[in-house]
Amino acid sequence: MDAFALVPWIVFFPLIGLVINLAFGRRFGEVFSATVGTLAVFSAFVVAVLQFLSLQAHPHGQIVHLADWINIGGLQIPWAFNVDTLSVTMMLVVSGVGTLIHIYAAGYMHYDVRYKEDPGSFARFFIYLNLFIAAMMILVSGNSYLMLFVGWEGVGLCSFLLIGFWYSRNPDGSKGLLNSQAAKKAFVANRVGDFGFLLAMFLTFWAFGSLSFDQVLPNAANVEPSIIIAIALCMLIGVTGKSAQLPLYVWLPDAMAGPTPVSALIHAATMVTAGVYLVVRSAPLFGAVPEAGNVVAIVGAVTALFAATIAVAQNDIKKVLAYSTISQLGFMVAAVGIGAYVAGMFHLVTHAFFKALLFLGSGSVILALERAHHPLDGHHDEHHHDDHHDEHHDDHHAPFDPQDMRNMGGLRKQIPTTYRVYLIGALALAGLPPLAGFFSKDEILTDALHANMLVWGLLTAAAFLTAFYMGRQIWLVFFGEPRTKAAKEAVESPPTILIPLGILAVLSVFGGLINVPVLHPFTDWLEHTLGHDFAHATVFNFGVAIFSTVLALIAIYISWRLYGRKPLAAGEVDPLKQRLGFLFKGMENKWWVDELYDAVIIQPYRRLAAFLADVVDWRFWHDWVHDTVIGRGFGALARFLAEPVDMGVIDGISKGLAAVATGLSRGFSLLQSGYVRNYALMVFFGVVLMIGYLVFSS
Amino acid sequence: MNVELILFFVLAAVAIGAALGMLFSRNAVYSALFLILNFATVAVFFLLLGAPFIAMAQVTVYAGAIMVLFLFVIMLLGAEQIQHQARRGWQRPLAMLLTLVLLAESAYLIFTRSDVLTVLPPAASDYGSPQSIGLLLFSEYLLPFEVTSILLLAAMVGAIVLVKEDKKKSGGRK
Amino acid sequence: MIPISYYFALSAILFALGALGVLIRRNAIIIFMSVELMLNAANLLFVAFARANEALSGQVFVFFVIAVAAAEVAVGLALIVVIFRNRQSIDIDEMSNLKG
Repeated sequence: MDAFALVPWIVFFPLIGLVINLAFGRRFGEVFSATVGTLAVFSAFVVAVLQFLSLQAHPHGQIVHLADWINIGGLQIPWAFNVDTLSVTMMLVVSGVGTLIHIYAAGYMHYDVRYKEDPGSFARFFIYLNLFIAAMMILVSGNSYLMLFVGWEGVGLCSFLLIGFWYSRNPDGSKGLLNSQAAKKAFVANRVGDFGFLLAMFLTFWAFGSLSFDQVLPNAANVEPSIIIAIALCMLIGVTGKSAQLPLYVWLPDAMAGPTPVSALIHAATMVTAGVYLVVRSAPLFGAVPEAGNVVAIVGAVTALFAATIAVAQNDIKKVLAYSTISQLGFMVAAVGIGAYVAGMFHLVTHAFFKALLFLGSGSVILALERAHHPLDGHHDEHHHDDHHDEHHDDHHAPFDPQDMRNMGGLRKQIPTTYRVYLIGALALAGLPPLAGFFSKDEILTDALHANMLVWGLLTAAAFLTAFYMGRQIWLVFFGEPRTKAAKEAVESPPTILIPLGILAVLSVFGGLINVPVLHPFTDWLEHTLGHDFAHATVFNFGVAIFSTVLALIAIYISWRLYGRKPLAAGEVDPLKQRLGFLFKGMENKWWVDELYDAVIIQPYRRLAAFLADVVDWRFWHDWVHDTVIGRGFGALARFLAEPVDMGVIDGISKGLAAVATGLSRGFSLLQSGYVRNYALMVFFGVVLMIGYLVFSS
Repeated sequence: MNVELILFFVLAAVAIGAALGMLFSRNAVYSALFLILNFATVAVFFLLLGAPFIAMAQVTVYAGAIMVLFLFVIMLLGAEQIQHQARRGWQRPLAMLLTLVLLAESAYLIFTRSDVLTVLPPAASDYGSPQSIGLLLFSEYLLPFEVTSILLLAAMVGAIVLVKEDKKKSGGRK
Repeated sequence: MIPISYYFALSAILFALGALGVLIRRNAIIIFMSVELMLNAANLLFVAFARANEALSGQVFVFFVIAVAAAEVAVGLALIVVIFRNRQSIDIDEMSNLKG
């Protein structure tokens, strides 16, 4: 008895929730919207669990054919669901974490300062979230690259919609377009990556004659390796776009403009891991050409270190996590690049747990500060009543940034539950045993040590910095004395927020057990799909484990020396800045990558656009071609047609015809003599002619 | 050359002569009389062709009624002659030429089409008898026959209406 | 017996003479009589061919022609009477009001 036939419901449940909210969400209020949205995702989670249970009995899964989609000549792409251990892993992560984040979002959006008792935008939020889950499910369950691409674009769209959710505002809540611009940036950067992915698909279809996984992947050995390298590198472009790797990562930090649940769900736990999933899914392709795998690994490792350096110097609590996400995605990409597919997937899962936890925790922190700063918005907190009831109160307090860690401090006393779960997430990310991050990161590092020393070195350095910046964040946010009035008055978040945090904290603690060394159940699980070549158990290496743990502890110690021993006072300059000087300035300014892109790509592009608009379109095309060539030419042609041709030739013809007609009729009128005998003669003449014709023709 | 053929040629000469007489008589009364002669000879031809009923109709209706009507009108109007005027010069020769062309065409037809040269077979005994014509008229051609009566009625009424003196107008003139 | 072509020739001659009469005479009544002559020529041919084909329909047709001719003559002569009454002439060349 298996439940594979139920698999389409992982897409349809979120879609049903979406439709219900679309129709009734605005009318029945936020509790209704949140319940429908959450239940939809939870139902999908239940279906995913059923798939998981079915796979226990039939570990090789099944392809569930739902409908024909494209059927043109040799190209046959059905809407089929690929149920195997890999896709079910992703389903479980997406729907599981997704459910928790939906619950969280119900509480978070209610207290969001931008939310003004507007059930419409509340419902809209859950509609987008459900749409995202549906698209993500299509992505992970599709049986072909094209179905994967449908989901790939769908999640990209949802990402765009949700980053720009408060589209008329800036990230600090004031009126403006920065959120929309961040959404636009994410979309455009993703388009660049999608372009690579599309090329990869074209090449795949050209080389393999199909886009289905079950027809492409087993034939990887039969195709010219250079073509596979091209496919793999084009796919890498797609991966760098979607999974925020160098050089296309720049959209992810800006994507933090979206509401925090979105950052947790889309930009940390699920969507950005789509690139990793793509590489793991295409393991036979990447495995066939180690050169391409090396490129992928180097890109991932460099991204991991690069983003980690930037994360060190960020002051925005969510930006730190954003760069941390890029860094951790770099770990995963590096892992799949060196062929450690299981380690990459393992890190993907554990990262989904603790990074979602960290984002949600940061959301809880931000909310605590916001509610303290804008007591009016916590409309349930009656005792915080203020006199100036003002719709636009946020404009009065524009300078305050509730996401800036320099505005925090000492929050462990105000929001103890958030503090505890956040600490768990931070330690898991830092990779301290026995938390989830330790096992997965250790497995990556061990594989890297065997595969590529350069990658290992880069990743180890990144891991060191990871522990450091997470330590810095903990000290800055939760220790010391409150540096602002809002931090002093911060209020703990409601249970709808804390319960998901608690569950994720538990997962962050025990998540490592799914692939605990020696037993490595996750490896065996994925081996059913990937095969033994690509899913081999990593032998636990105590040297690597101890080395990285010690490094993490040293990093945390350094962060304590800098930020913990003598807590930062209000308005004080970051102590690291004095020691690192220029280096810190680079980290703080994200190594000027945005500026670089601006100077190298965007400004030349704008100048090109301006050139095209002003010179080519306006002056050349409009002024010269349209006005001079076409306009004058047409005028001249028209004049030519009007005067010599029309008035001369055509009028001449008609006048001539008229004259001919007049002359003829004048001549014919002579025939109209009025004499009957004349007429009779003519009739007789006709009769003679006709008879003659009849006689001589027969 | 048998009697019938001699009779044919004599009658044909009379018919053509009568036609020419009608054509070239100055006096309309003579013309009418020549035409009556022509009709009479044609009636004889009808008899020769086994059409006694048509021959009788020709004599009574044409030669009798219609030509009498002509004479009546000619004499009523006193328009036996019309005075000569300057003719339209080309009308007469052109008419003659066309007539000759028509005759030539007919001759060509006669001499090229062998089927028209066939000798007539002897007719059936009751061929063309008034009885058989009458049967045909009252069975197969009943509708045209009845329509003919309406036509004649209409012609009668039309003639009366046309000729009737407009009392008001003529009264005004007088 | 007489060949049908003889009747054909006679009929053609009579018809041609009738047509010539229509074309060269100016007296409306004589033109009328010429038309009657043409009709008669046609009748003769009808009867001749009816005889050749042993088909009485030709004779019936001649009967109808005679009836129509009678009607035509009645109306035509009435018209001539009216025209004469108005113009005191039956010279057909006088009646050229339709001159273009």
